[in-house]
Amino acid sequence: MTDISRSFSALEKRVLNDFQHDLPLSATPFADMAQQLGVSEDEILSTVSKLQHDGVISRVGPVFTPNRIGVSTLAAMSIPEAELECVARIISAFPEVNHNYERDHEFNLWFVVTASSEEHLDIVLHEIEQHAEYPLMSLPMLEDYFIDLGFNLQWA
Amino acid sequence: MEPNKLATQLSAEDRALIKIVQKGLPVVSRPYAEIAERLATTEQDVIQRLQKLINDGSIKRYGVVVRHRELGYKANGMVVWDVPDDRVSELGSCIGRFSCVTLSYRRPRRLPDWPYNLFTMVHGRNREEVKQKVEEIVLCCGLQDIDHTILFSTRRFKQRGASYTAPTNTNGCGGFIRLKTTEDTTS
Repeated sequence: MTDISRSFSALEKRVLNDFQHDLPLSATPFADMAQQLGVSEDEILSTVSKLQHDGVISRVGPVFTPNRIGVSTLAAMSIPEAELECVARIISAFPEVNHNYERDHEFNLWFVVTASSEEHLDIVLHEIEQHAEYPLMSLPMLEDYFIDLGFNLQWA
Repeated sequence: MEPNKLATQLSAEDRALIKIVQKGLPVVSRPYAEIAERLATTEQDVIQRLQKLINDGSIKRYGVVVRHRELGYKANGMVVWDVPDDRVSELGSCIGRFSCVTLSYRRPRRLPDWPYNLFTMVHGRNREEVKQKVEEIVLCCGLQDIDHTILFSTRRFKQRGASYTAPTNTNGCGGFIRLKTTEDTTS
């Protein structure tokens, strides 16, 4: 469990904020980051490793455009509270499910399902319904209006 | 279900590469050399393939991917809007420009259960901050007459690899003692 109240060093803050997009595709990306920040490559490697280990960075690498390398949908279910945790566990067990949140609404379970093809996606959605034993509402993305530049961290 | 119109054809080599890099680069001095070794190819080939995926729009962003919750942005509100069809693009683009927003998608309505067709994700340190930001968005984009609702996340259910196999008959969720598998309960 990460200590979310922790404070970050000046180097950590810059690593977190300055490289969320347009990381150069050179053979030595971490050395490039180090050079830009005026520290050694080893310092960058250990800082990134630590932030990743702590769960603050989920990864360094590509964020793929939705529905370009596979197909996906946002799914919602309405599950009785007493069964929610258990049904959520069943759903999280599917490798095709990559986010799974409880939300405070009549539709209280929301998750993203990603598959290699439209057919594969339909099969997975059907399997999820069968295993969960509740109907699923599928809301595929129709249009994307968001230009992803990462998340601008406003340090308090 | 509507077709995912943007799906592109990828070579087997691209798929193998994507499978590795979507989990993130190895945090080593020469990450692409390490990936190349796993794919029995060259460092240069890996870099060129990734450059191609960036150029053709398959990769939207390339860099550090942070986790908001661990950074203190503990509240995330999925804000859904019931926008007239001919204004979705305009309003979705307006909302998508806010720095606290990380997603702005049009999705289908599912009447009568679900009237909302524009989905945006708004982050804040707590619920109050998210609500405040939604108010700013409403004023700024002129959404006073657009019905919206905020769905706050209350729990994140984590998946942990393929260590659990779903049962094939009943869901097994009725009244059994359950293992605690959730993390990060937030208010």
